[in-house]
This record gives sequence, C-alpha cells and structure tokens, in this order.
Amino acid sequence: MNPNENKSSASGSSEVDASLRVPLLALFGGAAVWLVVGLVLGLIAGIKFHAPEFLSACPLLTYGRVAPAANDAVLYGFCIPAGLGVMLWVLARLSRMPLVLPMVPVVAANLWNLGVLIGTGGILIGESTGQPWLEYPRAAAVILFAAFLLIAVSAAGTFGWRRERSLYPSHWFLFAALLWFPWIYATANLLLNTVWLPRGVVQPVIGWWFANNLIFVWLALVGIGSAFYFLPKISGRPLVSSGYALFAFLSLVFFGAWCGIPASAPVPAWLPTASVFAALLTIVPIVAIAIITVKTVWGARVSCQGGPFCFIKLGVLCFVVSGLMYVAAACPQASRVLEFTWFGVAQTQLQLLGFFAMIVFGAAYEILPKIMGAQLPFPKLAKLHFFATLLGVLLFIIPLALAGVAQGRALANPAIAFADASHAGLMFLRVSTTGQLLILVGALCFALNIFVMTMKWKLALLKSLVAAVKAPLPEAPAPGDSEVKA
Amino acid sequence: MKNGIAIFIAAIVALGASWCGLVLAPSLQLGPARLTTVLNSTDTYPLQRTGEASLGLQVYRANGCAACHTEQVRQDGIAVEVMLTSLGTSKAEDFKAFVQSLFILPELAPVTNTIADSLQAWNGDLPKIFLVTGDKAIADEMVQRVNAAGVKSQLRIAPSGPDLARGWGTRRSVAADFLYDQPVQLGSLRAGPDLANIGIRQPDANWQMLHLYAPKSVVPNSTMPSFKYLFAVRKMAGAAPSPDALALSGEFAPPAGFEVVPTAAARELAAYLLSLNANVPLYEAPFTPVTSAKP
Repeated sequence: MNPNENKSSASGSSEVDASLRVPLLALFGGAAVWLVVGLVLGLIAGIKFHAPEFLSACPLLTYGRVAPAANDAVLYGFCIPAGLGVMLWVLARLSRMPLVLPMVPVVAANLWNLGVLIGTGGILIGESTGQPWLEYPRAAAVILFAAFLLIAVSAAGTFGWRRERSLYPSHWFLFAALLWFPWIYATANLLLNTVWLPRGVVQPVIGWWFANNLIFVWLALVGIGSAFYFLPKISGRPLVSSGYALFAFLSLVFFGAWCGIPASAPVPAWLPTASVFAALLTIVPIVAIAIITVKTVWGARVSCQGGPFCFIKLGVLCFVVSGLMYVAAACPQASRVLEFTWFGVAQTQLQLLGFFAMIVFGAAYEILPKIMGAQLPFPKLAKLHFFATLLGVLLFIIPLALAGVAQGRALANPAIAFADASHAGLMFLRVSTTGQLLILVGALCFALNIFVMTMKWKLALLKSLVAAVKAPLPEAPAPGDSEVKA
Repeated sequence: MKNGIAIFIAAIVALGASWCGLVLAPSLQLGPARLTTVLNSTDTYPLQRTGEASLGLQVYRANGCAACHTEQVRQDGIAVEVMLTSLGTSKAEDFKAFVQSLFILPELAPVTNTIADSLQAWNGDLPKIFLVTGDKAIADEMVQRVNAAGVKSQLRIAPSGPDLARGWGTRRSVAADFLYDQPVQLGSLRAGPDLANIGIRQPDANWQMLHLYAPKSVVPNSTMPSFKYLFAVRKMAGAAPSPDALALSGEFAPPAGFEVVPTAAARELAAYLLSLNANVPLYEAPFTPVTSAKP
C-alpha cells in the first residue's frame, strides 16, 4: 500500500504544487465560468415549465436548445475540465513529480473552453447533432478531443517520470479514465457526428453506450479515484483497503460499461437484457465504494464545518444514491413506470451536481490554497457554498425524483388524461427550480473565490515584474516569479 | 504494487468488451437492415420521407423537440382474441355444446373457464369474441379445432399497454420504424405526449400549424412553449388574408390588417409531424388491423 506522500518533504510537494499553479487556475477558472453559464441556462430552461411563454419568442432560447446547452455546459464545460485538473494534481502529488510540460494543459484548457463555447453556441443556433449528451457540432468535438489528448500527454508524462514508483488505488481509477474518454468520445463522434450516420436504431444504441460510459463510468472513475486520494489524506487514516478498492474498480469497469440501454428500447431484445443484467451487477461496486468510504472516514477526528472533507464525503454519498437510482430505474418493472419521466433527469443531475461537482469543489478548496500558497480570499463564501449546494441539491433532486414517480404512475394509468399527468409534477418542479437557484448561488461563491484568487496572483505577478524591471540590478528575480517560465 | 500493467489491461478489456457488445455487435446486426414487409401484405416498410417532411426532421432536431417528446410507443403484451365470424350451418346451441366437448383437452385447461363465461349469455350474435388470452398457441389451437368443425373463426392480435390505451399507437415501436431517420429522435422525457403516431392522431396540417404558433389556441391546458419564431406576422396584401395564413381568433389573432403565415421551417416541421406514423403490422410487432376484422 502506498504511503501516499504524507512523509514527503515540504519542499518536494511545494515544487509539485508550484508546477500546477497555472494549469489548474486555467482549468478551474474556465470550469467555474461554464458552471455558472450552465446553471443559468438550466434555470432558464426550468422557468419555462412554470411560464411556457418565458423568452419563447427567441429561437436561441427555446427549451429544446437551452436544456441540452445547459446540460452540456455543466458536463463538458465544468465536470470534465475540473475533473482533469483534480486528476493532474493527484497524479503529480502521488508521483512526487512536478507536472511534465506544464504549459501543455494551459493551452489545452484554453482550447477546451473554445470547444465548449463553439459547442454551446452551436446548440443555441440549432446546429446540435440531435444525439443526447453528444449535441456539440463537429468542430467543437474535434477541439475537445484534441484538448483532452494534450492533457492526457501531460498526465501520462508526469506518471511515466514519477519519482514515487509504487502505485496507489487512485492511479487505477484515474488512468482508466484517461483511457476511457478518448475511446468513447472518438467512437461516438466518428459514428454519430459525421455525414453518414449508421442506420436507424444503431444510433441511439451507440448514444446510450456513450452517455452511460461518460456520465456513469467516467465521472465515477475520476470522482471516486479522487475521493480515494483525498478522504484518507484529510482524515489521516489509510484507505480501507487496497483489496476492496481493486474489487470496486474492476467490478465498476466490467459491469458499469455495459449499462445504459433502456429496458423498453426498440432494439433487439438481447441488448436491453444485457444492460439490465449489468445494471443489477453494478450494485456490487456501488456497495463496495460505500463500504470503503465508511470504513475509511468513520470515527475520523476531523471537523469539517463545510470544508473540503464535507464536500467530498457528501459527494460519495450522492454517488451511492445516484448509482442506486440508476440501477433501480434500469430494472424492467421500475423502468415501465420511471422511463420517460423526470426521474431519469433527477438521477443524471444528481450524478453531475450532487456527486461529481461536490467532489471537485472539495478537491479544489483543498488544492487551491496549496498551489497558490495563500488562503482562500473568502473562506466564508466557501462555507456558504457548501451549505447552499447541499440544500440546493436536496431541493433540486428530491422533488424532481418525486415528480418523476408521480408522473410515471399517472402515465401508467390511461384513465388519467396526459395533461393531468403532466400537471401532477408541476408543483414538484417549482420546488426544484428553487434548488437550482441555490446551487447557482453556491457556484457563484466558487467562481468568485477562484476569480479573486487568480486576480490577486496576477496583480502580485505584475507588481513583481514591475519591481524587477525597476530594479537596478536584475540578478535576483522576485520570489514567486519562477512559474512565469522566466 | 507491480500489477499496474495488469490493471491497465483489465480496463482495456472491460471497455473493449462493452465496445464490442454495444457498438460493434449492434452495428453488424442492425447496420445492414433493409426494408421489411408489412405482415400479410407485399407492401414494404418504412417509406422514406420526401421533400418537406425530410427537411422537417432537421427542424425537429435543430429545435430540440426531443427534449420533451418521445417517438417511441411501448407495449406490455398482446391479447389474442378468437372471434367467431360465421356459424355455417350449425346453431348457437350446437356450437356451445361443441366447445364444451373440447374442454377435456388438457392444452385448453387454462382457458375453459373464460370460454364458458363468455359463451354463457351468448344468444348467437355475430361476430362474437369468445376467447381472449395472452397465449397465442392456445388461440391457434382453438381456431383450428373450431374451423375444422365447419364454423368460421379468426384470430385477432391486439397489443396492450398504457401507451396504446392512450391512443398513442396500435403496436409497440420497433427498430424498423426508425430505419431512415437521420438522426433518430427517440427522446427520453415525456414532458409532452409521444409523437410516434402524431401523423395519424392529428392528420390536419392546419391544426399542427396552429398548435406550433399558439399551443393554447387548440389545447387550452398545454404546457408547450409557442414556436412563434417559425412564423411571420405580416401586413395583409389585400382585404382578405392570403391562403396559407393561420385561422387564428380571439386573443391569439394578430392585429387587424395583419396575418400570420408559416415560414418554410414551420411548413417542413408540420410535414414531418404528419409523416410520423408507425401503425402497420410487422412480423416482430404483429396486430390485426381493425378493418379486416369485420365479417
């Protein structure tokens, strides 16, 4: 078992942290902006369910464009780049190796933001591909793919030249994630985002495979991989245990990768059957991850008070709940009622905003002070962020899931008119919009902290540059200047 | 730990297996799919969309209609009905006695009670459905036995389930229905009703236009946003509105002297919606069309 780098000398880890400062600011900064954009778009989409005529005259903001643009901005704009940032830091720390080619992820982060911008704009002007979770038009997809590969090069280089040779469970999860994304993203885009689409229902089958492997498996690999690094680190207890973690990892990749085809899909019956079977087996890794987490953090004498520890523990809890919702909705009996309802939306949003975002927030609050060598500018806002997000997720997800159950039960009874069945969920949706608003407030706190932190650092950099220029003898560069590749 | 390579290979195998299973295999199995034949007919299915309807699919895609509408009807099972259409030379009482005599057959044991119940109060009116079962083998057996005795009966297959009971279709959606869709817009949320057969349920292009322009003008409690941007409000050229102007009234009507005309996109979208019908019987989704069941 890897001793982590608890013993590592202060100078070694500060060298590692300094190498990550610019790449992580670029990745986290862009991610925070896209999170706010995604949540605002999501709020616009949500309001349309209370007032259908809200902004309906504007073709850019019609529900069918705003809703996928919001989902993709949160997934591609926030989750993936922020997850990659956390991944780079964990890999560099575990390797006790400063980031290799630190400017490559900076370029990649900017490319990535350009890709998301083109993609979001593309959806809003009606250039979506029409494939769920793969709406971004071709140009955006190519840019995102290239940016991912650049970051993967830097991550793999850091790993290859690592000074700490032994592997830690997080390595498996994060490396599988590095393999996963290019494979699924390339497959899905080459097949679904070109001029010659495959025939008929082959398209949705590939789409389901892709969406499941991205939203369920990839996010789980990065999120849980990071949690398995931070939870032992913060609680000061070893991960319990490496063997369990290996079991969870293998069962997650082998079973999880087969989920995603709905039980009632109009495709040959063996496909949904395989998926339902895999979904039932996916209970195994979910339970294993829950057990590992509980055993690792139980009784830890760390008060979290809305800090990183709270975020990450809550994130794992949301992962377990969302995973169990996913399995439940895949069972044929439940699927009859829950398919095509808000329940599926609730599960996906819990996966994105409850599980993954929480882990990324916690990790970012843990990482940022270390790489910047300074405290958060607004620690109170970080605490507010936690409680706003906690309450927001509860108010967003629970009513949405209940709306799904109510809607599904009403739709299963043909005696209830369709309009009445839809109206049954409206009250729930109203509450869930409040939840979205709270999550947005939290995201603004997050973005403000990062923004002010970046600004302060840039100002300090500018001052030291000015000082260096004014100084009569340019022999000693000002401290804190080393990262400018001087 | 030295098993890093082994774990990396395990990840490749895991993803590779699911790639083979859920990407490669369906492509090989369904990719070469061709036209299929309508059951008990020589007609081929599906028809390729032409002109405005095929452009309309792109309007549907661009505006994300699938965010709220599915194009997929589900069914729970089928009910197989045996319907007596002609008694030939025999009388109702003879038929009852004959059916009674069949009850000793062990394969009919599960349905003897339902048959007896349905024939109890029957006075000889035709056509008469005297057996409804989920088991096609039993129904086949019954039809064979009864027809051998000189009366005429036929088998009717009626798919069942809440989606069908809502009138959203006559059978479940199958792979063949989506053969020519580029892209396939199955949808995953029913914030609005299913559209797999909207072309049959609302075959009037004018209704579709009114519904797109002002949903509440035709469905008062609709939660659909209006798609006014697919229409142009313009000054009337003469005293009378042009032929393609929408017949709006009351609060939805444009100011006096103005008319609302659909743009090309609106006409295409309406044509696409009218082209949505998936109601022919297929081998994999059989049902008995209502028309042929008449004696």
